[in-house]
Amino acid sequence: MNSIVFIIISVFTLAGALAAATLPNLMHAALCLVLALLGLASFFFLLGAEFVGLALVFIYIGAVAVLIVFTILLTRRDSKEHYGINWSGVLIALAVFAGLTWAVLKTPSLSVVPPQIRALTVKQIGQVLMTGYVWPLQCVGLLLTAALIGALVLVMEERR
Amino acid sequence: MTSALDQIFVHTKRWLLSWVAGAPDWVIQITSSLINIVALLAVFLTLFALMSVLERKILARMQNRYGPNRVGPFGLFQPVADGIKMLIKEDIVPARADKVVHFLAPVILAAVAILTLGVIPYGRNMAPVAINGGILFFFAVGSATELAVFMAGWASNNKFSMLGAMRAIAQMFSYELPLIIAVLPVVMAVGSLVPDTIITAQGEYTLGVVPRWFVFTPWGAAAFILFFVSGLVESNRTPFDVPEGESEIVAGHMTEYSGFKYATFFMAEYLGMFAVSGLAVTLFLGGWHAPVRVLEFVPSYVWFFLKLSALLFVYIWLRATLPRMRVDQMMNVAWKFMLPMAFTCVIATAVWHYAGRGLRGWLWSLFVIVVVYSLMSILLDTRRKFAPRVYRFAE
Repeated sequence: MNSIVFIIISVFTLAGALAAATLPNLMHAALCLVLALLGLASFFFLLGAEFVGLALVFIYIGAVAVLIVFTILLTRRDSKEHYGINWSGVLIALAVFAGLTWAVLKTPSLSVVPPQIRALTVKQIGQVLMTGYVWPLQCVGLLLTAALIGALVLVMEERR
Repeated sequence: MTSALDQIFVHTKRWLLSWVAGAPDWVIQITSSLINIVALLAVFLTLFALMSVLERKILARMQNRYGPNRVGPFGLFQPVADGIKMLIKEDIVPARADKVVHFLAPVILAAVAILTLGVIPYGRNMAPVAINGGILFFFAVGSATELAVFMAGWASNNKFSMLGAMRAIAQMFSYELPLIIAVLPVVMAVGSLVPDTIITAQGEYTLGVVPRWFVFTPWGAAAFILFFVSGLVESNRTPFDVPEGESEIVAGHMTEYSGFKYATFFMAEYLGMFAVSGLAVTLFLGGWHAPVRVLEFVPSYVWFFLKLSALLFVYIWLRATLPRMRVDQMMNVAWKFMLPMAFTCVIATAVWHYAGRGLRGWLWSLFVIVVVYSLMSILLDTRRKFAPRVYRFAE
């Protein structure tokens, strides 16, 4: 049952990602990226990590995707124009893929049977965030606040 | 007898499921989900039809008119006539529109609205989907609304549509913050993201009379008002219907839609409204609990839908009463007033908790909210600063 669902979601996600990379119309590509992200979120649901999946949907589809779409809309008009293949990009992508494959194959846990882990509840995550990881959390909060204030300063009207 | 009536729908579902008792696990699971989906759609599409005619009737009453009164008794069959009209209208897609995205936008919008309805408990043991982070699910799925609205605006290839979509996204983004932060106090006070637990926490009665709904605490009342106003914005209702302001940009992102697609947009908007009001009932108004202990024999779902209809009536009432707000005023209220007030509610809840959750905590949290509110009303006072409006980018 689980493996069937896994295959369906994988095909879905990969198709979305492939379409996002190849479609000529940038807006369509962005919408397909949303599909791929939705697929990733459903992987987390399949694994029982509801919180991570929901956070992924919340942040990436609710905020980042809208941001990407807005950026495309506000910056360029020549979405129909074709560009040649950027060979350095291909090289970097291949290198990253090779590195990841090597790292995955070297991982000893591939041959080990995974231990039964009980799914984390939101409460547990909250408790860990508020005790052990309180400093990183505060740092992230400070960074985000600084970003918010920076954005406000950028668009503030100058006093004349 | 009382509990039998209360649990009648739960028992009916169990009885229906007993038909597939011997089947494999996944068949039972899918059947169970299908029953939930069918029930949800039946109830809320009926409510949508009823709401569309009642809204017109109540609006008409408030504006000294008759309203629809030709089709059926008191015009009650008006939605049927409207539905048939929408179905047989021609479906026009602009020649230069992006056909696929143009088609997908209303579908996604309606799907999102129906999904968000799924996590709300409509009665005792009556939550269609019980997942660990129900409240989080509501907002995570709900955030896809913006994308659907944007798709509608962009795919129509029309400047009114695009402008409407831009306005819609700007206001939805701005008001999503106070909406979500106004939920935080309740989540903090209960310590759970599960709607059922939140409702159970509001089930007791202080002194046996006053129900312990969160709306009766100072932080709860403030958060409820913030939540309600933000919900009004999220569902694009008057006084916040800037995205589809008829007098300015035709119908906003719905300009290029006709026939059944337009009806789908309309439906999605109403379903979204039901979902936000349902969540408000769940979070602040005690969900399906009765307001007084003696009335607890009335089935729980009756209470839920009574509270829901009360909120919906306020929606209609506001629509009949208030004019449309200006975009810049809306944004100012969101960022300068609603957001700080929402954070104040969070702090007031912490004060309430650490002052013992009793009368002392009640008074202290009231004190915090009143102090911040009066400070902000002094700081944000614009009455003496009115000056000719300066257009920065449109000269």
